[in-house]
Formats: sequence, C-alpha cells, structure tokens
Amino acid sequence: MNIFDIVGPVMVGPSSSHTAGAVRIGRVSRKLLGSSVAAARIGLHGSFRDTGKGHGTDRALVAGLMGMAVDAPDIPRSLDIAAARGMEVSFEGVDLGDQVHPNSVRLNLTGQDGRELEVVAASVGAGRIMITELDGLEAGFSGLTPTLIVHNVDQPGHVAEVTSMLQHKSVNIATMQLHRSGRGGNAVMVIECDQEVPPQAVQWLEHLEGITKVTYYSLLEPAECVDGEAE
Amino acid sequence: MYGSLEEIVRIAQEDGKPLWEVVLEEDCKESALSREDSLARMGAMWQAMKDSDAEYDPELRSASGMVGTDAAKLAARKEAGQLLSGGFVSSVSVRALKIAESNACMKRIVASPTAGSCGVVPACLITAQEKLGLSDQKMVEALYVSAGIGGVIAIRASLSGAEGGCQAEIGSASAMAAGALAYLQGGSPDEVCHAAALALKGLLGLVCDPVAGLVEVPCVKRNVIGSVNAVTSADMAMAGIRSKIPADQVFDAMRSIGRTMPSDLRETGKGGLAATPAGVQMASCCGSCMA
Repeated sequence: MNIFDIVGPVMVGPSSSHTAGAVRIGRVSRKLLGSSVAAARIGLHGSFRDTGKGHGTDRALVAGLMGMAVDAPDIPRSLDIAAARGMEVSFEGVDLGDQVHPNSVRLNLTGQDGRELEVVAASVGAGRIMITELDGLEAGFSGLTPTLIVHNVDQPGHVAEVTSMLQHKSVNIATMQLHRSGRGGNAVMVIECDQEVPPQAVQWLEHLEGITKVTYYSLLEPAECVDGEAE
Repeated sequence: MYGSLEEIVRIAQEDGKPLWEVVLEEDCKESALSREDSLARMGAMWQAMKDSDAEYDPELRSASGMVGTDAAKLAARKEAGQLLSGGFVSSVSVRALKIAESNACMKRIVASPTAGSCGVVPACLITAQEKLGLSDQKMVEALYVSAGIGGVIAIRASLSGAEGGCQAEIGSASAMAAGALAYLQGGSPDEVCHAAALALKGLLGLVCDPVAGLVEVPCVKRNVIGSVNAVTSADMAMAGIRSKIPADQVFDAMRSIGRTMPSDLRETGKGGLAATPAGVQMASCCGSCMA
C-alpha cells in the first residue's frame, strides 16, 4: 500500500471492489487471452451476483475486457460499445461454492483468433484483485507483476525446464506455485517474476513436449490501448 | 507509510520539515518514486478532485434510482439565501453531495480514502481554496497531510466499511479532511493531529448499513456530515481546543470498536437502515427495476 492508495485512485464509481476491481479483472483477463475478446460468457457469483447490477459490475467487467482503465469515462456505456463492436456478451448468476471470495466472477472468453480461456477471479478489496483459476486449474496471482502460467502433463522435469530458461534469461522468480489435478494428470505452474520474460522464450516453452499451454501476463504489452483505438 | 502520527510529528520537528514533506519523502523512499513524479501524481489527484466537483450532472440518477439530483436542490436553496448554515459550511455540504452523487452515478471521482467517502476531502479542500485564496501547490501539500493521516489509520485500524463499519470510511475521510484544513490555516503539526482526532471522535461507532448493499443510501448523505464535522473539528483545533485523547489512540479505539461490530453492520446490507421496512422495500423495488 502507498499514499496513492489512500488519496486515489482516480476511478469511475461507485465502488472500488465492485467497479474498479471488476475493470481490473477484465483487463488482466483480456491480456491473458492474448487478443481482443470476440465473445464473453460472464458468470457472477456472490455479492457480484446480488449487488453487481447496482454497482455497475457488469459494465465494469466488459469495459475491462475491451481494455479500458479504471477511470475511463466510457465505463457506464461499455455494454453499448461492446454491442456496436460485435462483441458477444452474456451474463448469468453462478454459484462457485463456499470456498471462493464473495466478489468472484467466472469468465469464459473467446478471442478474435479463436483461442479460448476460462478465468475465475476475485475482487479482494480496495480495487485489488486475484486471479484464482485458469482453465479449471488453481492459480493465485494479483496481476501486479509479470506472470508466467505453464500448463503441462504432470511428469518429472518440466519445472526444471521452465526455471532454467528463466535463469538463462536473468529473470528472478518472486513467487512460484505448483498445482495438479492428480498424479500424472494436468499440472500448472504459476510464476510471478521480477522482470519481463522475453516473448521468444515464452514461444520456446510452447514447443516443448509435455507442455500443453503457455500463458504469459506482461506489464509491458499495450495495456492502455482500448480495442478499436490503438489496435 | 508511518504507523503513528506521533512519529510523523516527531520527525517533522527533529528535521525541521513540514508534515507534508515528511509524508512525501517516506513514500518516495518506499515506492521508489522521484519527488517530482510524486508531486505530479498528487497534482493529478487534486485536479481530478476539482473535476469531480465541476462535472456534476444534476440530471443523473443512479442505476437503482435511489440517489441523484439532491445536490442541485440544496444548491438552489443556497443560491436563494435560505440555508441556515453559513456560506462556507453550505458550500461544503453542496460539494460533498455533488461528488458523492456523481460516484453513485458512475462518474469519475478520486477514492479518498474510498469511493463511498469520496466527497469529504474534496468538498472541504476546494471550498477552503476558494475562501482562503490558496495556490494549487498549497492544496497538493494539504493532500499529503490527508494521505499521511489516512495511512496511519490504515495501518492502525482500517479504511474499509466491510472491516470497520462506516467510521472507517466517512470517519477516516473526515479526519483526513480536518487535518488538511488545520494545515491550510497555518496550523502546527500538533493542531493538525488534534483536528484529525476531534473529527474521528465525533464519528466513532458509525455503522455501515447500506440499503440493498449499494453505495447510495445512506452513504451519499453521510459525506455531508463527514465534511461538516471536519470543518467544525478544524475550527475547534485552531481555536486551541485539544482532544483529550491523542489521535493515534483514537485510531486504536476505532479499530477495537470495528472488531466488536456485528457483521450485519459492516457493509453486508443486512442490519441498521438496510433492515428497516423502507430499506427492505427499496431493496426489493430497485432489484426489480434493475433486473
């Protein structure tokens, strides 16, 4: 926390958790998808489901999915803007269980390039967020640092491949989590980094045997660009 | 950020620096921000606060329909010279309503410390600049004073209604504004602390009981009491009135009160005003309007 969390941020109201946090979830998810969003099925859970309409959570999520920032004056009109751009958006109330944060959402996204991604995320207070699940596997990162997410078959050697690549590229690991569906099943590494991972290194990982999917969240990408403007 | 106002005051006295400078330097150190960048960023916050006041739209209503248009009513009676409160307090009240209503209507505001309490600090500071003829640079300094006070509260207690009730949001905003108002009138570091302490003491125990769980009823109008309370607290402190309980201990009291507050009264929309027949009826009505 710094003093600009106390006086600030500049944001579109009414709620830092239900509005600003929702915009951030949309923005981070769009970057994880790696392309503009063609279609989004949005499942609202808990307080997002019960009070989201009055807090503009629906409009905030869609604004974020189009790349808008938390203070974009167009947030209240985001559903109309999305419709005009041909982005397919649907909403439903969902119950993600007792274990998830009350301000949670499940996003099923399809990119312009056909790539699909399922994200479960929570707005955990004061506009801060947590991505808790990617494609059905546990995650747990904030979107405040560059993050590498590697899905692989649960077998020996993949962690070493990834970490030695990071060492080779002089990238320091801030946090690292490992999860798997079961022995020998699907596994995921979530690695928050102190430096950016070079794009060619990310691509190299994708071609390794046993690695099924690589997702990279960069702080460098044109995060500020809004669909249709900078793209 | 510092963990006590006592420490900030001590450093200011030892180093012979104004309070705001101590807050600025500590934050630059922690977040690796240059002094120039920090000042520019705080300057942008100040500009955004003034914009949030200037861009009020008297036609707008919130998505639920529960709030909007009230600031214009108060402004009209003020223009007609019919308000009992004097010029300064009535201007503060109108601005607090304007900015808090704008927040509920999805306009751009500065969370200070939260979106729900976003009207208090700008209402007090913009009106003070007008009355005292102060430069924008001076106002930016006052925002560092506010941030320093809010930072100590965040560390010792909480700034979230879900954790500490409304006292943590409107109460904290009121303390931040009162300290800044004392600073702008040439108050000493001690007077700044007493203003903040007096302001928060007046709002201790305030619960967070929003109708339908939305940042609207009673949040918008509580921005008015938060800002008026800041003005009278700063006046008392500048008159030489002292808070018998030091500011840091008032913050600690707020934390312990927040911890004993039942969850029905901490932003869940289940107790207090939210549970009144009128509150329940509005919640069911706005639920169907919005569906």
